[in-house]
Amino acid sequence: MSNVKTILLVGVGGQGTILVSKILTHGLLKAGFDVKMSEVHGMAQRGGSVSTQVRYGDKVWSPIVGEGGADILISFEKMEAVRWANFLKPDAKVIIADTAIPSLPIATGAEQYPEGTVEAMQKLFDVTLVDADKIAKEKGNPRGANVALFAEAVKVCGLDFVDWKEVLTEVLPAKILDANLKLL
Amino acid sequence: MKKLMTGNEAIARGAYEAGVRFGAAYPGTPSTEIFENLPEYKEIYSQWSPNEKVAYETAYGAAIAGLRSISAMKHVGVNVAADPMFTSAYLGVNAGMVLVTADDPDLHSSQNEQDNRLYAKGAKLCLIEPSDSQECKDFLKEAYDISEKFDIPVLYRVTTRICHSKSTVELGERVEIADKPYERSPKFSATPARAKVHHMRLENRLKDLEEYANTSALNKMEIKGDVGVITASAAYNYAKEIFPEDTSFLKLGLTNPLPKKLIKEFAAKMSKIYVIEELEPFMEEQIRALGIEVIGKDVIPVTYELNPEILRNCLFGEKSPTKTAEVQATGRPPVLCAGCPHRGFFYTLSKRGSIVLASDIGCYTLGGGDTCICMGAGFSAGAGMAKALELKGDTRKVYGVVGDSTFFHSGMTGALEIIYNNANIIPCVLDNGITAMTGHQDNPGTGYALSGSFAPKAKIEDILTAFGYENVIIVDPNDLDAMKKACDEAETCGKRSAIITRRPCLLLKREAHTKAKFNINSEKCKKCKMCLKVGCPAISTVNGQPVIDRAQCAGCSLCAQVCPFDAIEQEG
Repeated sequence: MSNVKTILLVGVGGQGTILVSKILTHGLLKAGFDVKMSEVHGMAQRGGSVSTQVRYGDKVWSPIVGEGGADILISFEKMEAVRWANFLKPDAKVIIADTAIPSLPIATGAEQYPEGTVEAMQKLFDVTLVDADKIAKEKGNPRGANVALFAEAVKVCGLDFVDWKEVLTEVLPAKILDANLKLL
Repeated sequence: MKKLMTGNEAIARGAYEAGVRFGAAYPGTPSTEIFENLPEYKEIYSQWSPNEKVAYETAYGAAIAGLRSISAMKHVGVNVAADPMFTSAYLGVNAGMVLVTADDPDLHSSQNEQDNRLYAKGAKLCLIEPSDSQECKDFLKEAYDISEKFDIPVLYRVTTRICHSKSTVELGERVEIADKPYERSPKFSATPARAKVHHMRLENRLKDLEEYANTSALNKMEIKGDVGVITASAAYNYAKEIFPEDTSFLKLGLTNPLPKKLIKEFAAKMSKIYVIEELEPFMEEQIRALGIEVIGKDVIPVTYELNPEILRNCLFGEKSPTKTAEVQATGRPPVLCAGCPHRGFFYTLSKRGSIVLASDIGCYTLGGGDTCICMGAGFSAGAGMAKALELKGDTRKVYGVVGDSTFFHSGMTGALEIIYNNANIIPCVLDNGITAMTGHQDNPGTGYALSGSFAPKAKIEDILTAFGYENVIIVDPNDLDAMKKACDEAETCGKRSAIITRRPCLLLKREAHTKAKFNINSEKCKKCKMCLKVGCPAISTVNGQPVIDRAQCAGCSLCAQVCPFDAIEQEG
């Protein structure tokens, strides 16, 4: 299964990781790959850590990989990148949004948000840091940080052979389409 | 036509294509989306029932009356439905009946990771296990044919990974099944004398079914080399991923009764056999009992979900290299949403000193408590604790908690237990007007049915009053003074009391919610951090100064109510 690639998308409930996974899955299918996508629902909706895996290639059997199995990490939050580091292959490409979302214990002061998360990842992997919130704001869609990060990720990961604008048009509801097309 | 579908969407589609006419279920992760997708198919009448036992019985009744029917629930829901399920195997069906059990290896969203394949053996049901979305749809059609041909309900077992993974599905056409006539007969009566006959008949049907399993297309033999893998369900995909191309596979889809002849035939051709399955050694123990030596649970864990990397490690000793970051991530526990109406209740109880709080399964589990066991136990385990503490001379006050959907599910009997046996516990129903943790399903108290149509609205207070509660206190949990008074009154009034906190879930779109926003006036704020004690995800500290995230603030005003310096002000 050497030609099967695994993209791990991680973030915090409510950041729109599942929407991006949907866009990604749809685009890869259009490009002719066999694709499987797996997400974890349930309690994770309530502000917990969320993860999705998208796997593509000639023939994909398993919808998931375990530790040391992912080729690409798209992290929508800095601390989440660190949490999932051990799921990556040593030569994995990593894209991190320069966004920190405190957990409740951090917000109440019971715990500290860890310092140096991005630097720690940079020591281990080829990391691209994206100020997705800023890009989204500059391009006039402050709620589109998820798609802004995705736009950078497809460049870094060599997934720009897909016409993502067309994919977005097919996947997104009309009322949020234009605002998101501007981000690609 | 091909379509990308989750396993749950594919099961709903499979029900449509299989000519199913009737469905009844109770929501529970990871099964919920099966029935959320059913109303899309107008040919199927579908409903939420008050609990899994009622759902199973209703669906089974429909199958007796002559319509192909489906029920679905999470694995622990099958515990609730187990009573009718066991006897339904004896009696068999008229039209086909399938119960989908959605197991949760890894406890993504459950209180245990029980393996419901064991139910199939215990209850003597046919067991069918798809491994991906395509099979979720296709095997279901086969399940109904088997159910009718062998006169047996089918337990259709999927797991979280199958339910919530998407892959492409080739869609088919609906097969219209002629309604089966219904006439009264001894067939559906399990009186002892008749059930004795039914049991013998069931054993014979299981023998026929096993014979069929040996040749069923659901069980596929793929002979290549002399190393063989016997597997089923999600584990099949993991095994396919890690074994070399020349490995032989016996991939089973019909797993109770196991096709013993087929397994022996496969084993005879192999020099080495692996049995790969998640959780319990369900197939392995039966295969070993045939005298076949296998590699299985001696090396594969019985806990948690499997994946290709775990299998590679435990079967071949190949550990994928990993790197761990030198900075550690701290935990990110799920929390009550900003503005959640449950927060006021839990904040109030946190101020009542040393109490015992028997909690339950739902959003309010996130509020903490002494116990979390199963649906309904908040009242009845709480009643037992209250009794025992009283017998021991322990004077701590005991509170029991359930939500509105849980009250109708199995909290009602606990509420009755408290009255009947005079347990010294204050039962509290946190009524947010919806089944929330599973994502907003209607229940008998909401006034709506699964189809979206209006339904009679059961009143929790009327039910409690009918049970014998003399003082049912209904309180807005966002009003902390009223909340405190309600607890004081329930503890001291000397009457049998119950508390209903009533305010709709903030995420419920059909209700109007406040548009208010609150700010912290930094000039008045003394940084005492009382506001942080309400545990709201919209409040955090920046350089020691508490701040409210305007985007998240839902205007519940709890923080403003607890601020001793009136420093939290409403905008505008």
